[in-house]
Amino acid sequence: MFSSFVPALFGGFLIGLGAILLMVLNGRIAGISGILSAALWSREPSDTKGIAWQWYFLGGLLISGLLMGAPLQAIFDVQPIDIAALSISMPMLLVSGLLVGLGCTIGSGCTSGHGICGIGRLSPRSVVATLVFMFVGVITAIVFH
Amino acid sequence: MKKLMALLCGVLFGTGLMLSGLADPAKVISFLDVSLLSSGQWDPSLMLVMSSALAVYLPVYLMVVKPRALAQQGPVFESHYHLPTKRVIDAPLVIGAALFGLGWGLVGICPGPAIVNLAQFDLSIMLFVTAMIVGGFLGRQLMDVMPVTAHNA
Repeated sequence: MFSSFVPALFGGFLIGLGAILLMVLNGRIAGISGILSAALWSREPSDTKGIAWQWYFLGGLLISGLLMGAPLQAIFDVQPIDIAALSISMPMLLVSGLLVGLGCTIGSGCTSGHGICGIGRLSPRSVVATLVFMFVGVITAIVFH
Repeated sequence: MKKLMALLCGVLFGTGLMLSGLADPAKVISFLDVSLLSSGQWDPSLMLVMSSALAVYLPVYLMVVKPRALAQQGPVFESHYHLPTKRVIDAPLVIGAALFGLGWGLVGICPGPAIVNLAQFDLSIMLFVTAMIVGGFLGRQLMDVMPVTAHNA
C-alpha cells in the first residue's frame, strides 16, 4: 500500500504545478470540465485567432496519455492503466458519462476546477461542491461495488 | 506563447493524473469505496494526491496571484486573471456536484482522466467521453432555460 504513496505525492505535485502555472502564466483556472466546455461551445471574443487555447491544454492531456505511460511505469513502477480490462458495461458508461457531463456543467466544475483550483483559492463554493461530490461519490461507490 | 504554455500545463497535469493513480478508474473506486476499510483493501493514497496538489496551488495563489489580482496586475502572458466572481452557494452548484459525484462513484472516471485515457483508443472510454459531452451540452441547455444561471466555478 505504501508503495503507492510516493507516486501519489509526486503525481499530486505535478497536478498542482500544471494547475498553478496555468494561473500564473495565463491567468486561467485549470478546470477540465470548464475547459472542455469552452473549447466546444463558447469561444471568447478576445480569442479568435487560430485554435482556442483550451484545445492546447486538452492536447497536452492527450499527449501525456499517449507518451507518459511507459516512462512512468519504468521510473515509478506504477501499474499501467487498462480501461478495457475493467469491462464496464455500455449502459453504465453512458449513464455515468451523462451524469458527469451534466453535473459538472450545472455545478460549475469537477474534481480539478473545484477540488484543486477552487479549494486552492479558498472559494467557499468550491469547498461545498467538493464536499458534496466526494460524499455522493463515496456513497455511490459503496452501494454499487 | 500562451498556447504553448497551455499545452505544457496540460502535459504536466495529465502526467500527474497518470502517476498519481487518479486516472485509473479501478484505483479511484477502491478509494471512494471506504467500506473496503474493514477488509484492509481501502486505498487512501488518492487523499495524498489532493493534499499534495493543494500544497503547491494554495500558497502560490495566496502569495502571488491574489495580491497581484488585487493590485490590478495580470499574469505573465495575459492582461488579467480570469477568476470566478460568483460567491453565492446555490441549488445548481449543490445539485450539479451531487450528480457529478453519482457519475464519478459509478465508474471512477472524472473529466480530466477521461481525456487522458482517450489516448488508449478504447471504445469504452470514447463512449464515456461522448456521453460526457452530451451531458455537458444538456446541462448548458438546462442552465439557459433556468432563471438562476451559474457559469464558471
